[in-house]
Amino acid sequence: MSAILPPAERLWYKHPIDRVEGTWLAIALTWCMILFFMMVGWHIWGKQNLSTETYRTTAEQYMAKAQAATEKYQVRTETDQEIPVVAPPPGADVYLVARMWSFWPIIELEKDKTYRLHLSSLDYNHGFSLQPANINIQLVPGFEHVVTVTPNQSGTYGLVCNEYCGLGHHMMVSRLYVK
Amino acid sequence: MATVATTYRTCPRSGLQFERQAEWLIKAHAFMGVVWLLIGGLLALGVVLTRWPAVRWLEAPTFYQVLTAHGLDMLIFWIIFFEIAVLHFCSSTLLRCRIATPKLAWLGFVLMVVGSIVNNVAVYQGGSSVMMTSYVPMMAAPSFYLGIILFAVGALIGCGVFFGTLVVARREKTYEGSIPLVTFGAMTAAIIAVFTLLSGALIIVPAWLMSMGLMNVDPLIYRTVWWALGHSSQQINVATHVSVWYLVAAVVLGAKPMSERVSRMAFLLYILFLQLASAHHLLADPGVSTAWKVVNTSYFMYLAVLASMLHGLTVPGAMEVAQRQKGYTKGLFEWLRKAPWGNPVFAGVFISIIGFGFLGGITGVMMGTEQLNLIIHNTIYVPGHFHATVVVGTTLTFMALTFYLIPVLFKREMIAPKLAQWQPYLFGLSMYFFCLVMMGAGTLGVSRRHWDMAFQGAALAYEWPGAAYLMMGLVGIGGVAAIVGGAAFIYITVGSLLWGKKLDGGATSAQFTPVKRAAPAVVAEGYGSSGFAAPGTFVLAMVFLVSFVLYYFINWKYLSTLWGLS
Ligand code: HEM
Ligand SMILES: [Cu+2]
Ligand SMILES: [Cu+2]
Repeated sequence: MSAILPPAERLWYKHPIDRVEGTWLAIALTWCMILFFMMVGWHIWGKQNLSTETYRTTAEQYMAKAQAATEKYQVRTETDQEIPVVAPPPGADVYLVARMWSFWPIIELEKDKTYRLHLSSLDYNHGFSLQPANINIQLVPGFEHVVTVTPNQSGTYGLVCNEYCGLGHHMMVSRLYVK
Repeated sequence: MATVATTYRTCPRSGLQFERQAEWLIKAHAFMGVVWLLIGGLLALGVVLTRWPAVRWLEAPTFYQVLTAHGLDMLIFWIIFFEIAVLHFCSSTLLRCRIATPKLAWLGFVLMVVGSIVNNVAVYQGGSSVMMTSYVPMMAAPSFYLGIILFAVGALIGCGVFFGTLVVARREKTYEGSIPLVTFGAMTAAIIAVFTLLSGALIIVPAWLMSMGLMNVDPLIYRTVWWALGHSSQQINVATHVSVWYLVAAVVLGAKPMSERVSRMAFLLYILFLQLASAHHLLADPGVSTAWKVVNTSYFMYLAVLASMLHGLTVPGAMEVAQRQKGYTKGLFEWLRKAPWGNPVFAGVFISIIGFGFLGGITGVMMGTEQLNLIIHNTIYVPGHFHATVVVGTTLTFMALTFYLIPVLFKREMIAPKLAQWQPYLFGLSMYFFCLVMMGAGTLGVSRRHWDMAFQGAALAYEWPGAAYLMMGLVGIGGVAAIVGGAAFIYITVGSLLWGKKLDGGATSAQFTPVKRAAPAVVAEGYGSSGFAAPGTFVLAMVFLVSFVLYYFINWKYLSTLWGLS
């Protein structure tokens, strides 16, 4: 029962290491190194790395920019609430606003083209969960996050808020089109 | 020798010596823990029956309220009450030492009780359905934060008393040599707890002031510091339940640690490296740099992963060596087949070890990888993962320990021993299933903390695939089964305290008997095969490694099909 008794030899850090443990230690350490290099390597060779381009902003500042961009690229409106649909040209800056409890505007992109997608929240934390692509990004108020995206499949995507944002959280859902 | 008036009771069943104050403190903390487990379990029923799409039991506001309380009552109140009990046990009982400052220890207990009640009342009054993470600027009532603060101060006092008791034990020479491994593990838990509780103070106090309109807290700073609390508190759980694994291996099988050096180094790694891993909760956040994410999730986290991988080998390895010494030496796995599977203390711990490693560990590393986080962040995969760590890992281990303590500490014969035999299987295995299907649903993208996956009434509703609905239905079934297993635990524990046959408490004396050192280790080498003391465990470890590698790379493959992001 020695795990609950003082060890037989006082200097525990001099105890011998068993073969099983030594081998496992070497294997596990190697594996941990691989875990590390995968993460770094993906930055070099991988195509899915979340951008860290971020600016501090306020709700007013961000909304003003989003409004300007939306007016510029608006092509139609959808639903009874007449939510604008924007179709920016490739390479453009696209703004998405998250607030209780809606996303604004609806974005329409082209397949295999690259866009600078700006994300922010006007009030609480929200979530950007693009389905079924399953890309999930946190939206934090006061921060404008610029993510460069290249859609690789056309279709109608669901955009779900997946950060709890108050009692209407489950109503916060929108769309994103890729042509 | 100091002459403090107290008595020591030697339990005739286990040989453990309980000091009077410590005995009551352990009982009180463990009992309060079980009370919160009961409440949290009732709330879990509300949560799970609402997330089951075909049932959708509670209304949305009630659901969010119940989920807030479930998280707090389980993760914070149940677990930390029980952990303080474990700390007092590992210091006072294992070292046969009086509690350093019993009055202060009781003050800590009272603060914890008051704090947890104040916090819960705030949640049930409504207006504080902010989830346990309470991300600013969403605000709860001031008493919500105040309750957490009082509770944390109480827990901090509990840790202080633990350290004090270690000092007293050393000074009064209640033991020879170094402290036992289990106490050492508990000490690492207590050190991490101090760090955690201080980070908590650093962020919950400002949030409390903010709730009263006295200051403003930046949302991203809040998230960063909150996770220094939220993440390291999980580290307390791991250090504590791993200590209990060693304890149970020792008392049930007479197992010795394979090497004190490896096990203790692994505990030290937890202190050195895990507390900074809060980064892996912020991988999908704006405003944190890539280098910071990589350093924190790799350098810091992987060395703690290494520690867990070591414990994952050494605990079953120690069991194997002990079993082989008893003559169960046939083949690779006779030691395991002939293990006491009918003893809920052993079965609970073994189910916990396997589930914690395979379900909790592998998925934790996957989701903690910077890029892979994109495919699971805030999906129900996350609760799937942490129910494997904190329920299968910590809770099931604590349940097993409670079964051990019923005759030893509470001096009662366990009622319904047959039910107790089944309890770890029912609770543990249904939790395995529950976690797996939650992760399945999360892999399909289903959100966590979400009342209605059908988005009824929303103009632009998204239609989840049928498989996602199926998974969430299975979550409901697995969850209800686990709750039945949890109810069995409560029934056995509370029932034994109320109606169990009273057992002989054993002799009491005014003096402790000093703890002797362990007998020098027998050379283990002769028992295994090919020079390996624990070949069976090594094979299990290799199975683990292969699953780990496969699952990890499958997820990279999945990630590579996503949109280009840069
Ligand atoms: C006994 C059976 C249990 C069941 C059926 C259960 C069920 C659930 C479910 C379905 C969720 C996710 C809800 C959602 O995100 O929409 C959840 C969340 C959670 N559970 Fe459990 N749970 C159980 C036990 C426990 C235990 C023992 C603990 C801790 C020791 C625990 C800690 C948590 C925490 C911390 C959350 C997260 C709350 C949040 O998102 O703020 N649960 N539980
Ligand atoms: Cu939202
Ligand atoms: Cu939301």
